[in-house]
Amino acid sequence: MEKFTTHSGVAAPLRRSNVDTDQIIPASYLKRVTRHGYEDALFSAWRKEDDFVLNQEPYKNATVLVAGPEFGTGSSREHAVWALSDYGFRAVISSSFADIFRGNSAKDGLVAAVVDQQVIESIWDYLDANPGAEVEVDLENQKITAGAIVEPFEIDPYVRWRLLEGLDEIGITERVQDEIDTYERARPAFKPVV
Amino acid sequence: MGKTLAEKVWEQHVVRSADDEPDLLYIDLHLVHEVTSPQAFDGLRTSGRKLRRPDLTMATEDHNVPTIDIDKPIADPVSAKQVETMRKNCEEFGVTLYSLGNTEQGIVHVVGPQMGLTQPGMTVVCGDSHTSTHGAFGALAFGIGTSEVEHVMATQTLWLKRPKTMAITVNGTLPEGVTSKDLILAVIAKIGTGGGQGYVLEYRGEAIEQLSMEARMTICNMSIEAGARAGMIAPDETTFEYLKDRPKAPQGAEWDEAVEAWRALVTDEDAVFDKEVIINADELTPFVTWGTNPGQGLPLGANVPSPEDFVDPSERLDVERSLEYMDLKPGMPLRDITVDTVFLGSCTNGRIEDLRSAADVLRGRTVADSVRMLVVPGSARVRLQAHEEGLDKVFEEAGAEWRHAGCSMCLAMNPDKLTPGERAASTSNRNFEGRQGPGGRTHLVSPQVAAATAVLGHLAAPADLEGELVSA
Repeated sequence: MEKFTTHSGVAAPLRRSNVDTDQIIPASYLKRVTRHGYEDALFSAWRKEDDFVLNQEPYKNATVLVAGPEFGTGSSREHAVWALSDYGFRAVISSSFADIFRGNSAKDGLVAAVVDQQVIESIWDYLDANPGAEVEVDLENQKITAGAIVEPFEIDPYVRWRLLEGLDEIGITERVQDEIDTYERARPAFKPVV
Repeated sequence: MGKTLAEKVWEQHVVRSADDEPDLLYIDLHLVHEVTSPQAFDGLRTSGRKLRRPDLTMATEDHNVPTIDIDKPIADPVSAKQVETMRKNCEEFGVTLYSLGNTEQGIVHVVGPQMGLTQPGMTVVCGDSHTSTHGAFGALAFGIGTSEVEHVMATQTLWLKRPKTMAITVNGTLPEGVTSKDLILAVIAKIGTGGGQGYVLEYRGEAIEQLSMEARMTICNMSIEAGARAGMIAPDETTFEYLKDRPKAPQGAEWDEAVEAWRALVTDEDAVFDKEVIINADELTPFVTWGTNPGQGLPLGANVPSPEDFVDPSERLDVERSLEYMDLKPGMPLRDITVDTVFLGSCTNGRIEDLRSAADVLRGRTVADSVRMLVVPGSARVRLQAHEEGLDKVFEEAGAEWRHAGCSMCLAMNPDKLTPGERAASTSNRNFEGRQGPGGRTHLVSPQVAAATAVLGHLAAPADLEGELVSA
């Protein structure tokens, strides 16, 4: 996984709450067996609407998404994160993320930054007044900068560390292999096998 | 201080716990299906890793499979390739797979419990958010993404941050004609789609204790729709009765040992939940959704809400957008909403009790001419059981289509889907825009409401059928 320290890019305001995984990527795109190549699938239904934010000229090359609450609600499909990354997004800013989506984003180097809804509203207003403006997501110092708006964001400290280091989680776990072996030997015999 | 059920199961699975890192949890059962696994198997191959415990890993084909002509090759080449990829992967890595046509094939969350693989006190994961279903047995069960699928395959563990706990206490008794589906839809409407974020929910109280295992599974299944990765119910005699003598349940002396361990899996009286929500079951009526997220639901007797009813501006915007997508006018009685399709099935409501309760409503009646009704059993075994009980005949005589097992129209990955603008009453779990087919509109309902709706052609409860002619 690529290291993430600081990213500055065009930010798109997505003024919708409950952006569910079926909107991020509909199930019909999940039939593929690859981990990449989902850029066409991202928000595929909404991208057919002319007034959708990513169809507006200033936001076509957006790499930061500023969305309403409950972003990523619904399914466990990591394809939602892959589609966002494949399209070019490096960070999503919202006041709340669905638990599974948030976990998945960390595995693929996509930063899910949590700020208060008030901050989201002020960034939206800033972007409306300055279409195509860049927003900076500084993971090292855990802050977001949008024009004069400078706000800290929340992220799990362990997730932050892994993103900064770009670490492969399975590799980390293999270092404590002996602890897994010890646990496994003590499991009750009545536990089922397939 | 005492411990909650979730805390007890968590602590029994901690492999490693240290400051400044999440806990490393051991996983007792890993369920696999064709959609979220190919990239994980690829990852193992690329890194030269083995699948650590094939004996704790079970696979089935469900999301993509057709529900008709299952003896013929899968027509969609992309679906066919995905299913074929899983067959090859399972063979290469030694994973037991129940393929289309096998008696044990079906929706992964129906198959695990019916085989007796899901047991109290276990950790169960699957690359599917409705893994929360298995929490009905007092297991800690949750959906994971593909990277985590690969992690479990390689290490049989997951790094997880300890969740908070929330009690959903349901007092009283569900009235006649009100099901666990109505209850969970009411819970989601009350706490919201994000209300359970960061929590494990524990459903408890008199009304929960009275429910069958299948009804409990329906509730835990939709915990994720309230934002909670997992929902649990403490195991009791109903749980043990359900499990006894199932193929994968412990036998003989091991059964006694297991039951003794399982009896300890209750929340201690002095345990403290981080949050508690109380619901009175006596007041509940059939519940349906009107919008495009599962929290947008109301009692069937209510009217479509108006955006003006909502104070929060972003919520008002949401409601406006939902009503526009759903093509509904504020103030219209929910009972006046006519549907084109009724879908009975899914991991939420595709079990034998669900089919029985819908068949009881349909027996001697016919599906309205304007409605197509699809009945998709949750597993091949559920289908066989339904045949034994003659339920297939009831559905077919009523004019419904009787299909083979799979996820089907719940998420429209196979050919079963709504066409743009088509409206459905569905016993599934998600009413998101386009979930059941691009442009399709979904109302989430219980199996009984689904059956009554199929007969009358508009959203309805079985009580609305009284006085309707039933042929002998």
